[in-house]
Amino acid sequence: MTPLLRIEDLIVEGRPPSGIWIETVHKCSVDVNAGEVVALIGESGAGKTTVALASLGYTRPGTRFANGSKVFLEGQDILTMSARDRRDMRGREVAYVAQSAQASLNPAIPIGDQIAESLILHNMGNKTDARKRAIELLDLLDLPDPETLAHRYPHQTSGGQQQRIMMAMALACNPKLLVLDEPTTALDVTTQIEVLKAIKDVIRDRDTAAIYVSHDLSVVAQVADRILVMNNGDVVEEGTTDVILNHAKQEYTRTLLGAVKPKPTRETALSDWNPTAEQTPIMTVRDVDATYERQRMFQTTDREQYVLHDIELDVYPREVLAVVGESGSGKSTLARVMAGLHPALNGAVTMDDDTLPIHARKRTKEQLRRIQIIFQSPDQSLNPEKRIDDAIGRPLELYFGMKGSEKQDRIAELLDMVGLDGDYAGRFPAELSGGERQRVSIARAFAAEPDVILCDEVLSALDTVVAARVLELMKELREKHKVAYVFISHDLSTVASIADRVAVMYAGRIIDTGLTKEVFAPPHHPYTQLLINSVPALRQGWLEEVIGSREAAAGMRSNVMLHDLPCPFRKRCPVMIEGKCDSEPAPRREMGHKHVVYCQHTEQELMKAQDHV
Amino acid sequence: MFKLIVRRIFLGLLTLLAISVIVFLGTEILPGDVASAILGQSATETNLAALRETLGLNRPAYIRYFEWLGNILSGDLGVSLTNGMPLDRIIGLRLWNTVYLALYAAAVAMPLALGLGLLSAAYPESHFDRTVSSVTVFFISIPDFVIAVLLIMIFAVELGWFPGAIHRPRWEDVFGTMDKTFLPMVTLVLTLLAHVVRMTRAAILDVLKQPYIEMALLKGASKSRIILKHAIPNAMGPIVNVVALNLGYLISGVVVVEVVFTYPGLGRLMVDSVVFRDVPQIQAVAMVFCSFYVALNIFADVGAIMANPRLRYAK
Repeated sequence: MTPLLRIEDLIVEGRPPSGIWIETVHKCSVDVNAGEVVALIGESGAGKTTVALASLGYTRPGTRFANGSKVFLEGQDILTMSARDRRDMRGREVAYVAQSAQASLNPAIPIGDQIAESLILHNMGNKTDARKRAIELLDLLDLPDPETLAHRYPHQTSGGQQQRIMMAMALACNPKLLVLDEPTTALDVTTQIEVLKAIKDVIRDRDTAAIYVSHDLSVVAQVADRILVMNNGDVVEEGTTDVILNHAKQEYTRTLLGAVKPKPTRETALSDWNPTAEQTPIMTVRDVDATYERQRMFQTTDREQYVLHDIELDVYPREVLAVVGESGSGKSTLARVMAGLHPALNGAVTMDDDTLPIHARKRTKEQLRRIQIIFQSPDQSLNPEKRIDDAIGRPLELYFGMKGSEKQDRIAELLDMVGLDGDYAGRFPAELSGGERQRVSIARAFAAEPDVILCDEVLSALDTVVAARVLELMKELREKHKVAYVFISHDLSTVASIADRVAVMYAGRIIDTGLTKEVFAPPHHPYTQLLINSVPALRQGWLEEVIGSREAAAGMRSNVMLHDLPCPFRKRCPVMIEGKCDSEPAPRREMGHKHVVYCQHTEQELMKAQDHV
Repeated sequence: MFKLIVRRIFLGLLTLLAISVIVFLGTEILPGDVASAILGQSATETNLAALRETLGLNRPAYIRYFEWLGNILSGDLGVSLTNGMPLDRIIGLRLWNTVYLALYAAAVAMPLALGLGLLSAAYPESHFDRTVSSVTVFFISIPDFVIAVLLIMIFAVELGWFPGAIHRPRWEDVFGTMDKTFLPMVTLVLTLLAHVVRMTRAAILDVLKQPYIEMALLKGASKSRIILKHAIPNAMGPIVNVVALNLGYLISGVVVVEVVFTYPGLGRLMVDSVVFRDVPQIQAVAMVFCSFYVALNIFADVGAIMANPRLRYAK
């Protein structure tokens, strides 16, 4: 039987501006049979997406297929067919689902029209039929109120919805092959489950074949029949999902498997730190509310418009305090309030009993020096026009008045500290890799010799292996320089490995906080439980189990209700108490050692409800 | 969205108010005053003083400013010092002439510029793109009066195809006037073509780099469909803006062109007023120019808001 798709001796070449052509994918061959899901896995730059896009006969600008490459779709070479035929094939026979739905849906076209477009392009119905079909597809992917949704624009929907909308768009013409390019990477773990479920259901129900590109083995384990491991443009190992996960032969595959972080539990929480009664926090946040509404004179902002509610947070000297939660829960806003970048509406941020002004510009130099911030994307937080020594030298001049050779020496020292050569000083950010740039951001933060560093998703933009090294560096530096981290992250496994304490945020509130070991094990807030359960495990069948659990079922029932005054989590909560959770704010409960949970349930009740997992 | 638009209009009005202060102060600084302008060379200290008294020029500037502003707001632009005619009539006549030329130039330039910009973006770095880019930049680098004079020399003096000076458009025969005003129109088109072409090209190319364009391509859309349906709606903001700015230039920036072609528009009126130190006339013309500019900018902003669904519909 001929396979549905056969990629044979695929060579793709790339050329940097005004450079020479270099091979980026070397003689790759991939077969996909009808109804089969084949995963391409590897680090970024391995060539996964390039190979996947070849199945649409497409190379990105600046790259090309080399002679001899062949891509057969049902026996026909799509690289040699006419441009018209290829256009006709795209979207109809093979459909693409991109990594970021937010960027890949056209912001100026209503959702329904974008889905209908595929059908109209391929003459598969007139406008009215296509629109009707678009609504059916939205319904098929469990999107709420498809009729209305079809008229809306992408920005009016949530990230998980956008991803499913793109899925609906890809399915419009009933393609034989779906190309899924990291379709859940940009999503929260809770949303990832919903989208994975939608993808799996659709593939099974229609017997569609798929190429699934991902860097995440745990995710791939849930959907793939077969896995191809790629490294530097080569397929290094190929096998059924079971074989790759459990009997991998190649060293590289085993490295990848080894880099998969364990699910966060009491056991994977590494820290043994415990604040004693005498220890006092270095930084506190008290009763802080914040809003993005413009402040008007003589008018108080409605509590429903708050994005932070009554935030209470202590940061102890030299600890790592993780702040976790889904995107939109207010983690970054909290960091911005602490740094004075976003004004608090009420409440106070103090440092050693010294109340800090809410605006950074009103803080003294010394107050500014003691709190530094590292942002998620070093591409955006380093000025592309300034050399590395300018970036690191700036805090040295500002806070310590360093000049000349004294400053240069210190810059070299700081670069050395983050594992970079002295000659990086004269380079521009564009000449550095992502990991190196983040190291520069770290050096810049340490240049101020701060007491607290706010780390806002500092590892999210990095590859797994690079991120692991940067994380090690950060652990080392903390030991050596006696600084506290406020470590904002959505990645619970990483948090487990670095954090002493955790604060879990939901809808702008801290709903669960305590030592990492305690927060990551029952009894804890039902939301914490949902988050932990949603982290995929590296074994087949995990998805089915978790979807079957009542926690996940409840979690998928509703979206975050940001502006709700009683318990905001109640609609997604598996143990909601009718008449109580929806009318009164959840009370503060102390459990174990300084473990605080905001919930109507007592410690015993939560333990009972959560112990089965 | 409605709120946003109201805000823009309010800000526009505020800008006009600020401009009125600057215009008033600017004319205050001009050497000599209205009285010396009226009396000219024959002025003696005594009759100057007497005239200043009757014109109220001895009163503090801020009182005169508010009086002037109040008059403008009630629709009274004042009287020309040169010929005693009410300014709203003089300006009215001249304004239509200028608007005629502006619309004529816009009607040619805008479709041409948008078309060239789109094609350049569709085939970037092609021969076509490079040619359009060099030619338009060549013309924008030459001062408009040089272009005007060259055009007159070639097409009016040597070839005699078009007149080199125009009295005014004949309203009873709008289309018949088009060849008479052909040369000033071409001058204007050449001076603004490059702006619009380049902005359109840049805006479209920027959008073409977005992932949703790749998505459209992989859905099987053709190049023309991608540009027309997927790219243009997202590039409208900057394009509307550059078009509006250049329309503003056509109304208020045509001084030189009108003078060279002795075309009786607002620009020449402005120059004449300065020559004759006709202060009320300078002020009135300046305010008309600025009002057009501000109004077009408001249109551009509102246009950009309307074109962007993210502003049109809140979350």
